[in-house]
Amino acid sequence: MNAIPDRHDVIISGGSLTGLALARALSDALGPKAKIAIIEKSSQSLSLSATNPRAFAISKAAQQMLKVLGVWPRIENEAQPVTNIEITDSSLDDGIRPVVLRYDNTLDDGAPASYIIPDQTIGEALRALIAETPNVEIIAPALIETYQLETGYAHVQLQDGRKLRTKLLVAAEGRASSLRDMAGIKLVTCDYQQTGIVTQLSHELPHNSTAVQHFLPGGPFAILPMTGNRSCITWSEERALAQNLMKSDDRTFLENIEKRVGGRLGKIQLQGPRQSWPLTMHLARSYISDRLALVGDTAHGVHPIAGQGLNLALRDVAALAEVTAETWRLGMDIGANDGTAGGLSKYQQWRRFDSLTSTAAYDGLNRLFSNDMTLLRSVRSMGLGIVDRLPQLKHMFIKEAAGLSGDIPRLLKGEAI
Amino acid sequence: MTAKAANLDEAEVARFGALASKWWDVNGEFRSLHLLGRSRLSFIRDQLVAHFGKPVSEVSGESSPARPLAGLRILDIGCGGGLICEPLCRMGARVTGIDPAKENIEAARAHAEIDDLDISYQALTVEALCKRREEFDAVICLEVIEHVPDPKIFLLECSKLVRPGGMLIVSTLNRTMKSYALAIVAAEYILDWVPRGTHDWQRFITDDEMTGMLRESGLVEPKFRGLVYDPVGDTWQLSHDVSVNYLVAGTKPPLSDKS
Repeated sequence: MNAIPDRHDVIISGGSLTGLALARALSDALGPKAKIAIIEKSSQSLSLSATNPRAFAISKAAQQMLKVLGVWPRIENEAQPVTNIEITDSSLDDGIRPVVLRYDNTLDDGAPASYIIPDQTIGEALRALIAETPNVEIIAPALIETYQLETGYAHVQLQDGRKLRTKLLVAAEGRASSLRDMAGIKLVTCDYQQTGIVTQLSHELPHNSTAVQHFLPGGPFAILPMTGNRSCITWSEERALAQNLMKSDDRTFLENIEKRVGGRLGKIQLQGPRQSWPLTMHLARSYISDRLALVGDTAHGVHPIAGQGLNLALRDVAALAEVTAETWRLGMDIGANDGTAGGLSKYQQWRRFDSLTSTAAYDGLNRLFSNDMTLLRSVRSMGLGIVDRLPQLKHMFIKEAAGLSGDIPRLLKGEAI
Repeated sequence: MTAKAANLDEAEVARFGALASKWWDVNGEFRSLHLLGRSRLSFIRDQLVAHFGKPVSEVSGESSPARPLAGLRILDIGCGGGLICEPLCRMGARVTGIDPAKENIEAARAHAEIDDLDISYQALTVEALCKRREEFDAVICLEVIEHVPDPKIFLLECSKLVRPGGMLIVSTLNRTMKSYALAIVAAEYILDWVPRGTHDWQRFITDDEMTGMLRESGLVEPKFRGLVYDPVGDTWQLSHDVSVNYLVAGTKPPLSDKS
């Protein structure tokens, strides 16, 4: 006789920021009796990863959520407020970059509408927090080989032969997700033929808490302010050129950055490594299946133009934690995909449309700017110029970017579930 | 059925017993009960918490949202496959489920084993349980009374099982033109939501009749809530409109109040 496999309430596949944040949110919302596990393929990525140059924009709403989850006090010192945003769209060789749109990125109460925080800082804080969360178990290194549905549970088999069962399985595996494939959920994808490059700089002059977005024909080039005289460069470039840039020596690489940054930051220096990845947009055809939910990059990927990737992922986390807690507190089955107005169906309804519109909006913005046609240029200058002149429209714009508009989950309003 | 029970429609018992294996199939014959589940359970939970007060967690000293019914003894009459008993048990209650159809009790027991839920299921009629003089903090009886030959006597028996100071929660269908159109014509003949012959409109009970019967059974302060279908979300919402389906919670006054 085989032993009855370990019983879990939620198993999260993937120890990404999304997976860790979800485990924390569920532990808070479901209480200490809930049994939660994170399955992570490498035990290393859960300890301390090598220097990672990425940084995320954290909207006001996401900040409120991180406060409720207890993450914010641990990352606050590394959080750089963004109080101004400047947008330019001159071509690369223009000597001067006239600013098309400059706006005050603060909310009515003067608080910044967003922050820039290093990926690594958020990751370390979440991992430390999870280590202190008694009802979240980390199973690593491990990988899910298969899962099967049986009455009341999803039975999960790990590659090393271990068996587990769970009421709810969550895929937080990033863009390439084996659970999503096993569930037969297809992706709608679009390849931008662009590559994203990320690196960090230190500079002579202060950035004045200003984020800069240069819309260049090869793709958007963003200078995101970090604490101290440091910035994170998030750069989208035509694929062939990007590959050459990645191969180039530090001097050539830095020269190319200097050319794009201009003189605004004084003398600049590279800080740490560069990273690159192909830019694609993708959206899962469904966010749920029986006993399965997709979150974060497994469900959707947006163009990094807007730095919204983590914000959108945290929206998934907040929504899934909330609907799961509602079901849990009625004593019902949290993994049931029964088409009723709660639980997984509510998660799907709540999140998929929002992701779809965001994905389409950022896609449109990128296409509009990744083009050198004069007509398009005058249209986009005019469009942003109009936003600049109408305070109310701008206010709406900022509120949307802060993640405070629409029907938002409680965690994002800064309320515990 | 060997033992002849007074207030039982044997044809009804047999009809539900034959469907015992289908209780937990969300796309099967009882789909409508699954769709009603959330709203019914929210009503039950919120009424019980409002009446008995929030239990306090031993650990944190705060009220525990995950086990809001901790400490309550609850009886579910006509429990079927345990669709209500299991959530009540997970919410912390000590649950007894009774049903006259043995097949239902077997199905309910088998399903509770999947999650190791400690629920006492017994193939019993209300009359038989009354003879044992057991009392519960709360008695729940959902979608049963409209299948019983004499609802007045039935309700009286149910109320005997409620301890003084306890609560009885009943749900049924209202006898209105709207409920005829929706519950019989639409649900059974047009939409195929429930098997044909599930309901006999003549046996439905108006909210006024319900208030009267509850009073005669010694239950006061009835709190009614309707269930209204939202076709866009394919869901049932709690509402003040009690003209089709409704739930009602009545309380039995504590002994000291009677003197």
